[in-house]
Amino acid sequence: MISEKAVVENKEHLAEGIYGAWLKTSAAREAHPGQFVMLNTKSEAHLLGRPISICDIDRDKERLRLVWRVAGYGTDEFSRLEEGDRIELLGPLGNGFDIDSLSGAENIAVMGGGIGAPPLLGLVRQLHGTGLKNIDVYLGYRSASAGLFLADEFKELAAVHIATDDGTAGTHGTVLDALDSSGKAPDIIYACGPMPMLKGVKQYAEENLIPAYISLEERMACGVGACLGCVVKTRFKDAHSRVENARICTEGPVFAAKDVDI
Amino acid sequence: MNTAVEICGINFKNPVMNASGTFGSGMEYCGLVDLNRLGAVVTKGVAKVPWEGNPTPRVAETASGMLNAIGLQNPGIDVFIERDLEFLKNYDTNVIVNVCGHSVGEYVEVVQRLAECDNVSMLEINVSCPNVHEGGIAFGTDPGALEEITKAVKKAAKQPVIMKLSPNVTSIAEMAKAAEAAGADALSLINTITGMKIDIYKRRFLLANRTGGLSGPAIRPVAVRMVYEAAHAVKIPVIGMGGIASAEDAIEFMMAGASAVAVGMMNFHNPGIMTEIIDGIERFMQEQGIDDLAEITGIL
Repeated sequence: MISEKAVVENKEHLAEGIYGAWLKTSAAREAHPGQFVMLNTKSEAHLLGRPISICDIDRDKERLRLVWRVAGYGTDEFSRLEEGDRIELLGPLGNGFDIDSLSGAENIAVMGGGIGAPPLLGLVRQLHGTGLKNIDVYLGYRSASAGLFLADEFKELAAVHIATDDGTAGTHGTVLDALDSSGKAPDIIYACGPMPMLKGVKQYAEENLIPAYISLEERMACGVGACLGCVVKTRFKDAHSRVENARICTEGPVFAAKDVDI
Repeated sequence: MNTAVEICGINFKNPVMNASGTFGSGMEYCGLVDLNRLGAVVTKGVAKVPWEGNPTPRVAETASGMLNAIGLQNPGIDVFIERDLEFLKNYDTNVIVNVCGHSVGEYVEVVQRLAECDNVSMLEINVSCPNVHEGGIAFGTDPGALEEITKAVKKAAKQPVIMKLSPNVTSIAEMAKAAEAAGADALSLINTITGMKIDIYKRRFLLANRTGGLSGPAIRPVAVRMVYEAAHAVKIPVIGMGGIASAEDAIEFMMAGASAVAVGMMNFHNPGIMTEIIDGIERFMQEQGIDDLAEITGIL
């Protein structure tokens, strides 16, 4: 984990309200898919770091790609970053996806809802790199007109199934509807997205007796496990907290769906 | 030039420490901050048994500050002693343990357990947390209750006792005097100021607990004023805190009467801030020809 000023290399405007950037940072050396970084705004009125998931990692060039949705002051400021700008970064943070959790699974479903999709790109790249063939990616968007960001990049690595809220592309409905209409029967799921979607994934995994790993988010202040702001209820006494609470920033953000009470 | 300060007979290599609750037990930050450089590590509040804390959301950003309603989640004194205090034995810094409880008896039990621990320099008694419904602030807003708990803790304590005061009172001087009269060895202030934030679009409170404690630079002038009032009301030393973000802020608190200072929310913004403040204090002393911080402590 390092705290330093990263340098903006490429800025991307990917879809309506969706931006991305490659940041030059030594945090890339130790980063894994599913981890996140905290970015500071330049404003003295907005002092908490903004947790942003890592979309892609280029270890050789020491770069991290971040993709975010403009949701408030911080992400709006980041959307106006320009090449060469420097930004305070803390990371990499959290556990990330653990592909050892595959344990022989062959039919892999990767499900991303909205701004939940970016951290899955690095995961799919990693899974693809291990030679796994049966990777199906389910991506949920609001509407084709707002932009199916990252979909083409996922298509280079895996079979992609699209769902939209308004039916303007792919299945009309959610990523779970897209899974249903694909007729596939995954034996493991990795997912990131809004809470209703993650609840659906958890339920699907429990009904079908398969493991699911879900990436959670919560308001956080420190990002390193000190403030205890971002906890999730767990089904067991957490080893660190000794209560049924785990820190999303540290024990997570990726949890086995069966272990968390969402 | 001497950056060291002495509080209750304990030597601090410099007057800078973290505010309880913003730094865990140092473990989470030890890869980013050299704990050996700090005057002290102040641990997160610990109780007799593990506490779950409040529902989420527990934190919300506000203008130049933040609200929190963690609710003193902690693993309990047993785990704290065997894990957190053991970890801190690896560092050359003072350890100040923040103690919380729901009743006088619970505070006293934790203080008794800590009496056996040899790497605890001081105790800080949290009678000012606004986010727990029993204990906490209930002891810190009534002078009679504050005196009662101070006396009970002092009787059980082996280490010097710092009473951490709440700003959510009409007269901080009266509270400071009550703690001193009951035997407190030092005071620390301010804890957070009770606040509230509403999401007007969702028509909901930002925090699940509805109210939370405000911290950060937004509260600094209030904190400086209260440190000044408390320090002038008592003879025991005062540790000042509330939105410290720079060496200049730290010096301001010392001139107002603080013998040492604690950095809270700003650790989240910049994990290197405490060491930067220590360096900045040294620079200030050089520039101003100050040999010892005692020369500026409480000069106003």
